[in-house]
Amino acid sequence: MSAKRVVTFTVNGDQVEILCEPRQSLLEVLRDDLDLTGTKEGCSNGNCGACTVIMDGRPVVSCLVLAVEAEGAELRTIEGVACGSTLDEVQAAFLEGAALQCGICTPGIIVQTEALLEENPNPTEDDVRFYLAGNLCRCTGYDKIVRAVQAAAEKRQVAASN
Amino acid sequence: MHAFDYQSPSTVAEAIELMAKHNGSARPLAGGTDLIDQMRVGRLAPDVLIDVKKLDELNVLSADAAGLHVGAAVPCYRIYGDETVNSQYTALADSCHIIGGIQIQSRASIGGNLCNSGPAADSTPSMIALGGVCVIAGPSGSREIAVESFCTGPGKNVLEPGELLVEVRFPARPANSGSHYRRMIPRNEMDIAVVGVGASVTLDDSGQNFVSARIGLGAIAATPLFAEAAGESLAGQPVNDESLEKAAAAAREIASPITDMRGTREYRIHVTGVLVKRVLQAAIVRARGEQIDYCRGH
Ligand SMILES: Cc1cc2nc3c(=O)[nH]c(=O)nc-3n(C[C@H](O)[C@H](O)[C@H](O)COP(=O)(O)OP(=O)(O)OC[C@H]3O[C@@H](n4cnc5c(N)ncnc54)[C@H](O)[C@@H]3O)c2cc1C
Ligand code: FES
Ligand code: FES
Repeated sequence: MSAKRVVTFTVNGDQVEILCEPRQSLLEVLRDDLDLTGTKEGCSNGNCGACTVIMDGRPVVSCLVLAVEAEGAELRTIEGVACGSTLDEVQAAFLEGAALQCGICTPGIIVQTEALLEENPNPTEDDVRFYLAGNLCRCTGYDKIVRAVQAAAEKRQVAASN
Repeated sequence: MHAFDYQSPSTVAEAIELMAKHNGSARPLAGGTDLIDQMRVGRLAPDVLIDVKKLDELNVLSADAAGLHVGAAVPCYRIYGDETVNSQYTALADSCHIIGGIQIQSRASIGGNLCNSGPAADSTPSMIALGGVCVIAGPSGSREIAVESFCTGPGKNVLEPGELLVEVRFPARPANSGSHYRRMIPRNEMDIAVVGVGASVTLDDSGQNFVSARIGLGAIAATPLFAEAAGESLAGQPVNDESLEKAAAAAREIASPITDMRGTREYRIHVTGVLVKRVLQAAIVRARGEQIDYCRGH
């Protein structure tokens, strides 16, 4: 009935081929089969955003995507954000601004922020809060997250104009 | 999750054949934002999922002489990113900005929203207000049905086994028309409507009188409702507090909401009247070609 099948996609630029069952979510396959455990599982029902990845240019919650649906897709995960051991502006701003406590929401929020800044390089506080509404954080109270996102945006803008 | 098979057909005919072959044990999969969760918690256990996202007909988003065609699998972000929708079918853009957060909007489709047939589905009242017609394909051919006649109960609709929603078609917009959708929720975003109202109005050239109006209501009955009498009460009337109050009263009349943790029956009926007036006022402003003071998605 549900024979395993081969699924091919790219993750952070690397071509991967995996054998999976239709019932496996993309989140499960990333974490359990590909050992990309930076993507977190919070609720597994689409509400918390901890499992956010970028699929063909759009942020999605990977707990509500079947791995078989990712056939041919280009995926970006938190593991693809830093360049080697150099953190990108968003990661650095989260560290500098202490925009995390336990950290379970952080990978999802950083990936979502990458999507936001690509769409809107100079977001207002309201833009940030709205774009990140699908990412829950039960530790920080969000203010430091919003400020870190805006700090990263500013840094990127300055870098781009130089 | 239970074990199931996954098929990704490349034509509508093939999809229907697969659905027919599995006779009731197959389900279409669009964005999966309802379906995958319902399967995970064991509420649904189809043997086969038929991915309809890759079918050309279900990905159409275009306008022609017949009006606007929105393929059933087109996700929310494409709908509110569309120029024609934003300028002419604004209520639909408003709804799509509200469904879940940005990640959900990357995948959630209006076809899935309608076929899931929840009473509080946020795009359905807008589709009713804009006069949407469902184009359905099945083993015995195609048929069409007005959006307001599609849902038959919570989670239930008119689709027969083997049938697929292909697109929702909206008539061309008349001059001096405007539309809006708004819902009442206790939070700022990411919540289920306590009441949702979609309205579309057409004014005369002076912008002071209604030519016609259509109103759709969500979360106030077992299915989304077409408030036909409320809309009709506005035809030929001047735009003023009295005519809006009359329409609101007619909408309250057909509301038969339940009491739950989001609100009591009485509260929902009251909010129905308040929202109908506010949404009509916003649709009127848009029909006059002006901007409303409204932050999308809030
Ligand atoms: C975190 C979160 C927040 C949400 N917030 C909202 C909200 O604010 N407002 C709201 O209205 N909804 C909300 N939803 C529910 C859901 O996102 C929407 O109902 C969405 O539009 C469903 O579309 P989909 O493409 O994901 O459908 P799917 O889950 O793929 O399908 C839904 C149902 O429709 C059937 N179906 C799909 N396409 C077709 C077709 N072409 N023909 C026949 N049957 C079909 C499927 O078999 C299934 O039964 C939320 C969901 C989540 C997880
Ligand atoms: S784990 Fe996917 S949204 Fe919470
Ligand atoms: S830092 Fe703990 S949930 Fe966000």
